[in-house]
Amino acid sequence: MADGKAALEVEDLHKSFGALQVLKGVSLTAREQDVVSILGSSGSGKSTLLRCINLLETPSAGKVWVHGELIRMRSRSGQEPVPEDRRQVERIRSRLAMVFQQFNLWSHMTVLENVVEAPIHVLKVPRREAVERAESMLERVGMIDRKDYYPAHLSGGQQQRAAIARALAMEPEVMLFDEPTSALDPELVGEVLKVMRSLAEEGRTMLVVTHEMGFARDVSSEVLFLHAGQVEESGPPSEVFTAPRSERFRQFLAGTLT
Amino acid sequence: MDVEAIVDNLPLYLQGTWMTIQLVALSLLVGLGLAVPVAVVAGSRRVWVSALPRAYIYFFRGTPLLVQMFLIYYGLAQFEAVRESFLWPLLKEAYACALLAFVLNTGAYTAEILRGAIAQTPFGEIEAARACGMSRAMIMRRIQLPSAFRRALPAYGNEVIFMLHGSALAGVITIVDLFGAARIVNSRYFVPFESFLTAGAFYLGLTFLIVWGFKLWERRWHAHLRARDATPTVTGR
Repeated sequence: MADGKAALEVEDLHKSFGALQVLKGVSLTAREQDVVSILGSSGSGKSTLLRCINLLETPSAGKVWVHGELIRMRSRSGQEPVPEDRRQVERIRSRLAMVFQQFNLWSHMTVLENVVEAPIHVLKVPRREAVERAESMLERVGMIDRKDYYPAHLSGGQQQRAAIARALAMEPEVMLFDEPTSALDPELVGEVLKVMRSLAEEGRTMLVVTHEMGFARDVSSEVLFLHAGQVEESGPPSEVFTAPRSERFRQFLAGTLT
Repeated sequence: MDVEAIVDNLPLYLQGTWMTIQLVALSLLVGLGLAVPVAVVAGSRRVWVSALPRAYIYFFRGTPLLVQMFLIYYGLAQFEAVRESFLWPLLKEAYACALLAFVLNTGAYTAEILRGAIAQTPFGEIEAARACGMSRAMIMRRIQLPSAFRRALPAYGNEVIFMLHGSALAGVITIVDLFGAARIVNSRYFVPFESFLTAGAFYLGLTFLIVWGFKLWERRWHAHLRARDATPTVTGR
């Protein structure tokens, strides 16, 4: 396990949608170069947890720090809290790249345009430099020969690799993966996992919501199993997969491995 | 068929065509400039923000262009305050009144087309932009509007043709546009069939140019929607 500084800390995170409590106090710490796999059956709150970290969902309560910087929230009496400073949220988001289940590439832009868009307009990187960097990212995910294609002309696996290149181009401190292979045909899952594996090997800090047990077991430094909005089991994969303490996690494993 | 009356007056028809092109092009240009901010504000979730642009759209889509033009050309002159204002030198001109009516009219229709197209931006694409740290204004400018323009293109092509045909109303308030030219020829020679048929032919020609132009435009802007076998376009940016 890596033991660098804390890249991401989440403390006692709660999230409710109306009367539905999705997260009931989740805490986690990802140190630099950690790869944290977040597991759980559907409805366990794992995607919501990820989306609360970059504030695509506003947490109902709890704290998030990115490299020690607290995302400041303002509580309002009787209502959900809101971010104190939208600029801070935008700045923090630019340091946390996200890869989505449905890729969410911008459909009117080519692959290359997708990758340079945020570096140029959010990070204010000069265009030439952004293009150079984008091309090396596309090279890295094996998409350089498709850089002038539009997303609709690519397979799911190619789109997801392009989306990973787009995330990498932000030079993020932490990468958030929200079920990156769940929308892919089985034969396309491998090419995306291969890229993710190589990212983990080069020491990227990653939070990965996934159903890929092989990836969680072999690649991650830490596994988090969520059940009903709470952390039911956590620890390094060598421990949790061989000797799970929680009965639910044991059942979950039995269910997914068969 | 009195061909001679038409041939003799071809210069008048050409002059009218040029006036029609000018009026329509200017109306579309200014109308589009008006429509973009109106569409953005009309799409706001806050009712007190969207109420005014929506009322504007509702009024100009809800009343005939002819009524709007008469209100501006004849109606405004009724008020002393208008006649004494600095705008009067403009507002007493038929040309400026027609232009104003056309701009407000096409602005409303175009705003509605755009508002719908903006609202249809795939939600995931907006989330991806938020996740990159883009501000709301930047998402509108870089993601929602460019993608909305593309979606709106076929409907906008229709609006341009409507505007061309609607512009014939300018001929009613003394402007010598294509329709105005036909009216003059008719009144001089009393050849209603020939004179208006000729105007119709010119409108048909202009419509053909518009349709053809939009086809080219769509080919360029809808490359991302075309079938997969299409060769990738190298964008020139």
